[in-house]
Amino acid sequence: MSEPQAPRIVIVGAGPAGIRAAATLVEARLHPVVIDEANRAGGQIYRRPPAGFLRTPEQLYGSEAAKARALHVHFDRLAEEGRLTYCARSSVIAVHEGRLHVLGEGGVQVIGYDRLILATGASDRMAPIPGWQNAGVYSLGAAQIALKAQGVALGRRIVLMGSGPLLTLVGAQLLKAGADVAAVLDTSPWHRQMQGFWGLSARPIIALRGLALRAMLGGRYHAGVRLERIEAGASGVTALRWRDAGDRERITACDMIGMGWHLRAETHLADLAGCAFAYDEQWRQWLPKADEMGRAGNGVYLAGDGVRLLGADGAEVAGRLAATACLADLGRPAPSVSADLRKLARLERFARGLACAFPWPVAMVRTLPDEAIVCRCENVTAGAVRESADLGGGDANRVKSLSRAGMGRCQGRYCQLAAVELVATRAGCTPGAVGRFRGQAPVRPAPIGAFLQES
Amino acid sequence: MIAAGRIVRLAERDRAEVQFLLDGEIRGALAGDTVLTAMLASGRALRKSEFGAEPRAGFCLMGACQDCWVWQEEGSRLRACTTPVAEGMRLRTTPPENWP
Repeated sequence: MSEPQAPRIVIVGAGPAGIRAAATLVEARLHPVVIDEANRAGGQIYRRPPAGFLRTPEQLYGSEAAKARALHVHFDRLAEEGRLTYCARSSVIAVHEGRLHVLGEGGVQVIGYDRLILATGASDRMAPIPGWQNAGVYSLGAAQIALKAQGVALGRRIVLMGSGPLLTLVGAQLLKAGADVAAVLDTSPWHRQMQGFWGLSARPIIALRGLALRAMLGGRYHAGVRLERIEAGASGVTALRWRDAGDRERITACDMIGMGWHLRAETHLADLAGCAFAYDEQWRQWLPKADEMGRAGNGVYLAGDGVRLLGADGAEVAGRLAATACLADLGRPAPSVSADLRKLARLERFARGLACAFPWPVAMVRTLPDEAIVCRCENVTAGAVRESADLGGGDANRVKSLSRAGMGRCQGRYCQLAAVELVATRAGCTPGAVGRFRGQAPVRPAPIGAFLQES
Repeated sequence: MIAAGRIVRLAERDRAEVQFLLDGEIRGALAGDTVLTAMLASGRALRKSEFGAEPRAGFCLMGACQDCWVWQEEGSRLRACTTPVAEGMRLRTTPPENWP
């Protein structure tokens, strides 16, 4: 049981990082509050289907089934035993002066904290392609979630495109489930993929598993492609125009496209909590600053893909480390971390190998035609972003104000990185010098009615 | 006639049926479907875009992009990818008419 003056520790996110952080705190006899948007804990990669679905973890998570099951069972037990408080279906929409504003079914409530562990994860990193605003274009993550959590494919004839481990994985999972996958198009050429070899050799079994999945795709897989345009009619996508590695023009008929280039850290709450950020050249995105344990200062700790893109295994380790740092800072006995830190270093080497082998397509983004849409929310074009840079200079937030890119319903999650590349090209500076869109509360749309019910 | 939907059910087909109204017409779905799955089981899109001609059908399915907010007849909106469909829901692909 926790003592009356126990510190209030809140964890945001119940994926692998949030679950391991919670478990570490419970072991130290603390009672964390875990706020999660999902209906059941697990996060995205270990997302669970609704009650009543029958597929086994082996069918859902393949080689990762044991890890998924361990996380789910452990978290559910801690919640059932009342050793943590789980707030499901709840979104933190603002962080201000040590208090979280949490949007749930009953409206908005304010939860104070002494220590905050953010395990907010990541979403797909997007590069715009002309026509990507049409119905039937989804993220690779969406294709995987639809299959795992709903048992459906999002189209009858599917093209997957982008680069990164998810591209191959989703292609193989859809094929195995019986979907019609017409093509899997990787913008990274073979020679570039080979450059990641040293890093990828840090986890040889995972790398070999990736190659085996790639083999399942057979002739559907093409490396080093150029993506030209998504064709669409009144009811959505009809085809993709692309060029293969030999520069031959190809047209693939399809009614669904899944796209993504590895991951983009979800950092809005870290921003509102006052964390400092740095532009990471290898990941080509802004990441919040934290020490190796996840300490970001001011009682805030960061764990998982929201701070370092190491994937699910890395998130479990980082969750334990962040909670351990929190315990140490509270003056409480903390478990030894040397083994976890060694593990993290190995996972970091592997992740850097992935970043090198499957890069974000900078040249493609920078040469996007003027009429192509960059911001899907409000149909802001590449031309409008370039014009704003001409008017306002190489500053991300001025371009945001002038063009409205980043001000729509997703708040820049899917356009920011592309917009910044366009501005950097126009202004003749680096993306790091252009800066990042300032995060603004609420970080999720919140109906006015929710505030009227505020207690 | 109802046009063929966007989604293809590959697994978990053995669930109870749920009925809801979409733009005033009765549609069927399965218990455990999200509103997004339910609407796309018989439709090609969820809503019209306020900024362009292209209809929208969701994008991230994880509550991050907010592309899939749809209207209900009583005037409130919901995020289709994170809300389970419920018997008797009255959904719309366009804002309600005569909305106050």
